[in-house]
Formats: sequence, C-alpha cells, structure tokens
Amino acid sequence: MFQIKDKNFRAGLIITGAMLLIILVGTFWTPYDPNAMNASIKMSAPSLYHLLGTDNFGRDIFSRVVEGAGATFLIALASVAIGLVLGLVIGALTGWYGGWVDEVLMRLNDSITAFPSILLALVLIAIFGGGKYNIILALGVLFIPTFARIVRMEVARQKNLDYVRNARLMGVKDMRILFVHILPNTLPVLLSTVAIGFNNAVLAEASMSYLGIGVQPPDPSLGRMLNEAQAYLVSAPWYALSAGLAIILLVLGFGLLSDGLGGDGLA
Amino acid sequence: MRKRFLSLVLVVLMTAALCACRGGKSGTEASPGSTGEKINGGEITVGIAADLDTSLDPHVSSSSAGTREVLFNIYEGLVKPDSDGNLIPAVAEAYTVNETADTYTYTLREGVRFHNGNVVTVGDVVYSLSRAAGLDTGAALVSDVSGIAAVEASDDKTVVVTLSAPDTEFNSHMTVAIIPAGSDPDADVVGTGPFRFVSRTPQDSVVLEKFSDYWGVPAILDKVTLKVIPDGQTMVMSLRSGAVDMAERLTTSQIAELSGLNLLEGSSNVVQALYLNNDFAPFSDLRVRQALCYAIDKQAVLDLASDGHGTPVGSSMFPAFGKYFMPELTDYYQPDVEKAKALLAEAGYPNGFTFTITVPSNMPAHVDVAQVLVELLRPIGVTAKINQVEWATWLEEAYRNRKFEATVVGMDAHGLAASDMLARFQSDSGKNFINFSNADYDAVYAQAMATVDEDAQTALFKQCQTILTEQAASVYIQDVASFVALQNDVAGYRYYPLYVMDLATLYRHE
Repeated sequence: MFQIKDKNFRAGLIITGAMLLIILVGTFWTPYDPNAMNASIKMSAPSLYHLLGTDNFGRDIFSRVVEGAGATFLIALASVAIGLVLGLVIGALTGWYGGWVDEVLMRLNDSITAFPSILLALVLIAIFGGGKYNIILALGVLFIPTFARIVRMEVARQKNLDYVRNARLMGVKDMRILFVHILPNTLPVLLSTVAIGFNNAVLAEASMSYLGIGVQPPDPSLGRMLNEAQAYLVSAPWYALSAGLAIILLVLGFGLLSDGLGGDGLA
Repeated sequence: MRKRFLSLVLVVLMTAALCACRGGKSGTEASPGSTGEKINGGEITVGIAADLDTSLDPHVSSSSAGTREVLFNIYEGLVKPDSDGNLIPAVAEAYTVNETADTYTYTLREGVRFHNGNVVTVGDVVYSLSRAAGLDTGAALVSDVSGIAAVEASDDKTVVVTLSAPDTEFNSHMTVAIIPAGSDPDADVVGTGPFRFVSRTPQDSVVLEKFSDYWGVPAILDKVTLKVIPDGQTMVMSLRSGAVDMAERLTTSQIAELSGLNLLEGSSNVVQALYLNNDFAPFSDLRVRQALCYAIDKQAVLDLASDGHGTPVGSSMFPAFGKYFMPELTDYYQPDVEKAKALLAEAGYPNGFTFTITVPSNMPAHVDVAQVLVELLRPIGVTAKINQVEWATWLEEAYRNRKFEATVVGMDAHGLAASDMLARFQSDSGKNFINFSNADYDAVYAQAMATVDEDAQTALFKQCQTILTEQAASVYIQDVASFVALQNDVAGYRYYPLYVMDLATLYRHE
C-alpha cells in the first residue's frame, strides 16, 4: 500500500523520526533549563557550550528549540486529533446517510471553510481567551471541515461499491459497515490528509504564537521564539534561524511523508 | 505543488536573512550626529506605541500617559513645565499666592490666541478651571484640582482661584488645559499650544500642524504626523526603513537593531513595578507582598531585561523628583530567597502559589521585565504566569475595573508635585487601582497636603513613601531607561523630567 522505497518517503521518515526523537528526549532532558536566565551570557553566538547560542535573556536556544518544538508538536497533534475524530464522525455519517442532515452539516462546513482560517481562530480566541489549550481547541475546530469533507467524499464513493452492497445484503449493521468495512479503505487518503493537516497545524500554531495569542512567555514554542527572535534578526541571526529551521524540518518531514503516502489530499 | 511551496518558503527565508545581514553592514557605516544646516519648516513622522485615547478631552484623558504627552503640544495651562521640570508661565503671565496658601491669583498674558484665532479671555480660563474642577457638576474631571472651591474673574485679565483647603503645591496643577469657553473638546480640539490638531485616523495616525500665532517660541516644523505602531518590532523596521523619523521610549532590545541612527538615552520618568492587587487573596497578606520584594533582585532585573540600563527605585517616586526621591528605600528589601520563603511559610503558603501577571503587549519594556520576574519568583516556589493583553484591554480591565492579580507597568506623573505620584494610594482614591488601603498612609498624606511649611511637608511626603515601601504596596523596580531614536537628519529632541514629548523643538537639518 505504501511505497516504502519512495525516496521522499524515506527522507520524510528520517527527518520526522529524528525530530520526534529529539522532542521525546527533550521532554525528559534538555542541556539547560529552557527558562533559566543568565545575564552574563546574553546573546552569545553558537558554541560548544550552547549549540545554537543564547537569546536576549541568556537562555540556551537549543534547549528552547527542543522544548518549543515539543510544545508546537503537541499542540499540532492535539488539534489534528480533535479535527480528525469529529471530522471522521461527521463525514462518515453524512456520507452514509445523505439527506437533509448531510445538506445542513455540509453547508455549515462550507461556511467554516469560507472563513480565512487565522481569522476564525482569532474569533475563537477572542471568545475563549488565549493560551495553549484554547489554541488547541480553536485549531481543532478549524480542522473539522477538511476531515469531514474528505471522509464524506470517500464514504459516499464507496457505499455503492460491490463489497459494501454485499455486506448490506448479508444484513450487516450500518455502523459496522461504516466503521469496520469502509473506514479502513479510506485510510490512504485519510493518512495523507492527516499529514498535511498536521503541517497546517504546526504553521498555524507558529502564526498564533507569533501574534502573541498562543503560548505565553516565558514558555517557549517555535512561533513564540520567532516572535522574540525577530527583534534580533541582525544582531543575533542564529536565534531566528534556529526556530525557523525547526519549523521547516517539522513541516518538511511530514510533507515528505504525506507525499510518500501517495495521497494528493486537499491542503 | 507542495514541494514547490516548501522551496518557496526556503527561498523567502534565506532572502530575508540575507537582506537583514546587508542592512546591518550599511547601518554601521552611517555616522550619527547633527552637523548640517537647520531647516525651518518641513515635516516629520513620529512613531507612537499606542493609539491616543478615544476622547482627546484634555480634562478627562488623565489615565493614558501616551495621550497626555501628545496633548502637551496642543493644550497649555496657566503654567506649563519646561525641560528642567520648572513651571514656567504660559497662558498666565504671573501669579501670586496668599499667606495661607488657599487663594491663588493669576494674571493672564496679553494676546494669547486659541487655534481658532480667538484671544484667550478670563471667561475661557474660568470656564476651563470650573469644568476641570467640576464646579457645576460636582464631580471633578481632573482629580488634582478637586480642591478648587471657586474660580472668578476679578477684572478682564485676572483670575482668582479659591481653594477649600490650603495647598502649597496647587500651582503645579495649573497645567490644566485652557479651552475656549463653552466648547466641547470632544468635538473641537482647540488649545493654545505650539501645534494645532488637524486630523485623526483612529488606530493609524494623528496629524498636527504648526500654530503660527503661538505666543511663545513657535515650532520649527510645519507638520508632524504621529503614526500608531503598536508592535515593537514593526517600530524598529519602520525606523530602519526611514518610514518613521523618530520614536521615543525604545528598549535596549529595540536599539540593538538601530545602530546607524542617532540614539539618545534618558529615563522614562515612570515608576515601573510589579503592581499587586492588594485585594487579591495572597497579596492581601503583607508577608506575601514582602516575600515577593525579597525574592526580586532589582539589579538582576535590570541586567537581564535591559543590559543594566535603568535606575532602581524603592517606592512610588522616580529620581527626577529631586527633593522627594529617597534612594535609601531602593535597597530596603535586600534580595534574600530564604527570608522570602520563610515569610511565605509564615503566611500559610509554604509551597508557594500561582498568580497571573497581566501585561500590556505593546510595551516590550514591561513584557521583558515580566518574563524576568517569572524566573526570579521561581526559586521561592511562586509560579507566575504571563497574560499579554492589548493596551485598551489593560486600561479597561486592569486599571479601571481593577480586575487583575498583578501587572507590570510604569506609573508616571502629570507634574512634579509629590501628590502626582502619591495621591493614588489613598484608600478612597479613584486611581488606586492596586486597592492599597492603609489608615496611616491616608492620615500622613492628608497631613502633608495640609502642611504649608515646605520642609515639614517634604518630610511627610517622604514618610508616605516609606509606608508604601514598608507595607510592600507593590514590588517597586525601576525608572525604565528610555531610548529615543532619530533619523540622522532630525535633531532638537529634549528630554523632560516628565512623561512629555515636546515636538516644538524638533527640526530637520541638511
């Protein structure tokens, strides 16, 4: 099913694997306390002591990138999970049953999709307030339509295929057909959509934190770090580059993975 | 498609990095300084961090320093502060005060004109002062002048102000703007200052023009555009690109990127503190407030947040207040983590507690300090969280509604009267946003205000400051270093010991 030999896929696997490993290690151990300040080593360039240098408070950038990537990754993961689960249920039911429920839910879907995504997230943040968990919620809601649409499309296509008809004739219950028979067959499309959705989530979290409404200082996240680093683009370019590079690697890894999964899903 | 997008991202990032590097090099080659010929006229654009208050009424916009420092150029009072902090006659030419310090007599200057062309009359002065003091409505718009009992014109160039109680500092409050009789400053922004108000685009800009009939030394520039740039980084970029000619109140991190420009260092004339809501559960306990004071090493804050720039303070008074400032209070709480922990344990918080620092997001000086404070409080087990809010939200929620736990901001003074920094901490003051309540303080403050002898009064005001420190009303930190960046063809900036931006002396040169 997956083209493991695909070069892109392998590259994606390596990059993502390496990032995940770093993030995993980072949750238990970082070279320095990511929030510990030290006035005597402010803005020092990358060295053996501080692999990626230090920032304007003398904090170790490498530790912060690792911790920040973890935060960004978790937010992306959680919001994609919310979007996926709810999108899956909505998509499967509307695709299977059709009718007026389908009409209503899909039009609702359309209207959410019609909003520029950052704007919609901002509206949700304005209602619920900022911070890590509300960002997850806002992004999660934002991702529902994409998943719902894709799952609905697949279910609607497959429900008239022979294997589904057979199952029906044999008297298998609707829910069983839907979630046990059809769903596994939507996996290839779904997986690549998840990968793309994850990328969008990483970028969205970075944008939100960059705008100052996501993760709050002093806790690091990649977007938050970009925001802070922007002030020192000239005097300490390694600061912005480190955070930027981490975002690129996360997104690139998953992008290549989704490419390899063969899907040309909707971004 | 996606791959193309990714490579596009990469290209853009690299280009950005390259451009940034190139900018840095050319920046160091430029030489700051003012050697060229002074140009009469011309226009400049000044970047300001926050939009002005919705109302430009000089009698009610008393809460936002950013608005007042702009209105300083449009409105004048009977007297006004100069760049040394002295009060100089403005609309009034001279004044006399009686022996009991409860009647002030002002003689108006000849030929002072409003921006609408009319000459200022005693009627305008009586109207303005009565309006500010709320003589008709009963509620003073400007709390500093609420002590006025009556204002009357004794002849066509003399105004007599009678106070309900003696006040030796009263003259310093006569910076209250003089506006045309019967006018509504919400509709017509008309004053007597060196600049007249032309137009305003909310959230974007304010345009001022030179007032050519000004009674004193007229402004040199013909036009000044104040551009609202709430984001600190955008401000830096605008200065680098030349879109903005001048910006005030920049932080050390901002000037780090502005090496080619003409940079000046001074102080912002504010008392920056971790202001604690004294009504909020743990902070209602004196021992908790003192514990925070012991935990926070002011020098560490300065070193971490601003490369050591700034002046530590220990009470609600900044150094520009020469005779009132008490440097000895700065080190009243010697940094001591163990003592802080002991105090917390005594107060019933042996394992610390969690609270939120609300901080206006458009003020990097405060956001940076808040971040450092979070770190400094960690060793004593206190977890502080930061909540960044828009300036307007801060004013409304934290300041007016007092819905906050702690906040990092700077408090400035309208003038150089001690009351400007101390009045707000009276229990029943409308501006007492930290809900400080101390009977001793109220008594000493009231006594100080009623004392006519200058030395005795100064001693009492010092006692007020000492109470604030001993009671740890807030964690007083510093008078923030303030940098001004000017393009190399702009000069004439003057620092004031007050929160003032004087546009009249600025000029362009060759």
